[in-house]
Amino acid sequence: MSGRPNGSALVTGGSRGIGSAIARQLAGAGWPVVVNYRANEAAAAQTVERIEAVGGRATAIGGDVSDPATAERLLADATAALGPVLCLVNNAGVRADNLALALSNEEWESVIATNLTGAFHLTRQALRGMIRARFGRIISVASIVGPRANPGQANYAAAKAGLIGMTKTIAVEVARRGVTVNAVAPGFIETEMTDGLLDEIPDRVPARRAGRPEEVAACVRFLASDDAGYVTGTTLFVDGGLAA
Amino acid sequence: MPATTTPDQVEPVLTEALIGFGTPAEAINPDVTFEALDIDSLDLVELAQIVDERFGVELKTNDLKDIHTLGDLVATVVSRA
Repeated sequence: MSGRPNGSALVTGGSRGIGSAIARQLAGAGWPVVVNYRANEAAAAQTVERIEAVGGRATAIGGDVSDPATAERLLADATAALGPVLCLVNNAGVRADNLALALSNEEWESVIATNLTGAFHLTRQALRGMIRARFGRIISVASIVGPRANPGQANYAAAKAGLIGMTKTIAVEVARRGVTVNAVAPGFIETEMTDGLLDEIPDRVPARRAGRPEEVAACVRFLASDDAGYVTGTTLFVDGGLAA
Repeated sequence: MPATTTPDQVEPVLTEALIGFGTPAEAINPDVTFEALDIDSLDLVELAQIVDERFGVELKTNDLKDIHTLGDLVATVVSRA
């Protein structure tokens, strides 16, 4: 970790699944990590314990990213705890699946609020410090759903496609300040969120298997590294070839 | 923050920021336009952030549209601080 100034990484929705794997891998790469959680404090604490058990630094901070007031507080608390946030991973995500014809306003709005608007609020807030530091890494966890169709997930697809569009434009806006903005787009990954959904899926995946959270986290770890300093505005698919 | 903010307090802070953006110090004076100094919209947003942090003056995007020179910016900050 030679080139970057001292600072911390903030992983939203970092208590479980892909977020927890990302938090652990960033800690392994030398980042002090703030593990944000919405409701599952015990799981967040467990992620922190796992990081500390192998010599990393981490702390858990609660906060619902769908609440517009959360971004400012979360960034301030994270900075106070582990230093200025120079790596933001917008991972927090929810699902509320339904065919579009039956999708309620609440189901639409809640998914957009957490998965897209929350990511924007956090990104805007984090950029303030990053452009002053002349260094930053923003990585949003999008999805193969969005670039590709998935019936029953119009809200989720809209949010994730929105993340990719947001990533490209903000990347261009801040590129000359040493801040990179990228996305990863996981395909079918074995987590609690996809529990029960993956039984028949491997046949559709060229790699013939579902992915593991650690395989997504490894890509985030790369995008957060000094080595990825010239990679910006891109979306890295982690999907076993599904989108190819 | 002092009770009264003067141009002598504001101008050096903003000049330092402009130099930080890569503007040659000798090119900076109160009357030269930001456009001539190659200061772009991202630089202006960062200047507004510095003004907020150092002098407690919040500049909106609309305010920035009427600010074309360092002198304009200093005068605006002093009048609102």
